[in-house]
Amino acid sequence: MSSTWRTADVVEARFETATARTLALQFPEPVSSIGGQHVDIRLTAPDGYTAVRSFSVAGTLPPTGLEITVEELEDGEVSPYLVRDLTVGEQLEMRGPVGGWFVWQPSDTSPVQLIGGGSGVVPLMAMVRSHRAAGSTVPMQLLYSVRGPSSIIYRGELEKLEASSPPLPVEYVYTREAPPGEPVGRLSPATLMPRILPPAADPAVFICGATGFVETVAAWLVEAGYTESRIKTERYGGTGDGS
Amino acid sequence: MGIISSGFRGRRNKDQPGLPPGQYLTESFPVLSAGPTPRIDTAEWEFQLTTETGQSHSWSWDEFQNLPQEEFTVDIHCVTSWSKFGTRWKGVSLDTFFQDVDTSHPYTMFSSYGGYTTNLPMEDILNGKAWIVHQFDGEDLEPAHGGPARLLVPHLYFWKSAKWVRGLRMMDRNDPGFWETNGYNLHGDPWLEERYW
Ligand SMILES: Cc1cc2nc3c(=O)[nH]c(=O)nc-3n(C[C@H](O)[C@H](O)[C@H](O)COP(=O)(O)OP(=O)(O)OC[C@H]3O[C@@H](n4cnc5c(N)ncnc54)[C@H](O)[C@@H]3O)c2cc1C
Repeated sequence: MSSTWRTADVVEARFETATARTLALQFPEPVSSIGGQHVDIRLTAPDGYTAVRSFSVAGTLPPTGLEITVEELEDGEVSPYLVRDLTVGEQLEMRGPVGGWFVWQPSDTSPVQLIGGGSGVVPLMAMVRSHRAAGSTVPMQLLYSVRGPSSIIYRGELEKLEASSPPLPVEYVYTREAPPGEPVGRLSPATLMPRILPPAADPAVFICGATGFVETVAAWLVEAGYTESRIKTERYGGTGDGS
Repeated sequence: MGIISSGFRGRRNKDQPGLPPGQYLTESFPVLSAGPTPRIDTAEWEFQLTTETGQSHSWSWDEFQNLPQEEFTVDIHCVTSWSKFGTRWKGVSLDTFFQDVDTSHPYTMFSSYGGYTTNLPMEDILNGKAWIVHQFDGEDLEPAHGGPARLLVPHLYFWKSAKWVRGLRMMDRNDPGFWETNGYNLHGDPWLEERYW
């Protein structure tokens, strides 16, 4: 049942960037997930106080494991604990995976454009991994907006996917700091549109990231003629137009 | 009692009266939507109520504005675990819309511009429990938060408060709406933690 809490062992923890960490969780029973779903994680303090937050599933470790990737929000209640303090061998409580809308199924046949900002890449990576694992031949590409090269989550894996056959096309947008020869600056329709599948391809579009990012990008796409019902979004929170 | 994380302290704004189980308080106003934010012109806006006989009642934006308006302050609770206390709204009670409507069906399906739907039993929307609102905190409701007008059912999880609402139709069965077919609970009472299936 997706709505009951179950206990996970934290079996591995690795930093993806200076502020983002992937946690591998193992369960006593099988667990499965469709690319794009999320879980709720519950922490309980020694005095019984609890806090719950949602995290996208980053990938599965069949048959009994899955991974999440958490970006530390400096003033956050839960994310600093998951990124800095939690150690391998401890346990967590999890509910899910849940979600039947912001998901990519290997049986989907249309081209896919993934657009992620910051930690919003996590569920998109789950879709990429599921696409690879299934040997799907539908075109899938990723546009990933990051502060700078050092903020790229899954960097090594994305490089390998770009170089593999068939390659996963990945476009980076650098908002603060760029490698030599690459432009720096906020995303705009002018920089976005040439780097994603065109409206004529009628792609399924998945946009994920902080609320402001998702709001802005989704509105541009609608304006540019992408089919509204083909655009699926996941808003992580934070400020922006949303608040 | 769950698994203890010995290093976890937490911010403990939780033991607050009025905070349902598993929720935490936020000062900001997060946004949960499934797709792009639709932009709706009030000149074209219409709210339509359709009964089991196929009879429909509809209100233009001006007619809606001329209905008796209520201003009220309520707490809201999102299924993604945040709650926000003391949100101030202005709008029209569903009781007002139903005043001259003849129906015996016990359920409703609300629909929105953009295609979103959500199911609600009549007992959860009548008797001062639900409104169509168009102002938040003294300002016109922003599109990202459901403007120009959204449903507000504060005693249920916030996904039930359909944004960009355009109408409802009566149902004899409690058919699931959009989020309810996508993993969320058919009813959604935060005090019972009716979050998922
Ligand atoms: C469906 C879903 C999936 C998610 N998946 C992931 C994931 O895979 N990885 C991940 O790292 N996070 C993810 N998040 C966000 C996560 O649930 C938490 O909101 C985040 O970790 C912050 O929690 P916190 O307790 O540290 O901060 P809080 O104490 O809750 O918040 C601290 C402050 O930061 C603001 N804030 C909250 N979220 C953000 C944000 N994303 N960006 C900027 N400011 C913010 C809050 O408004 C608040 O002012 C997801 C959220 C949702 C709804």
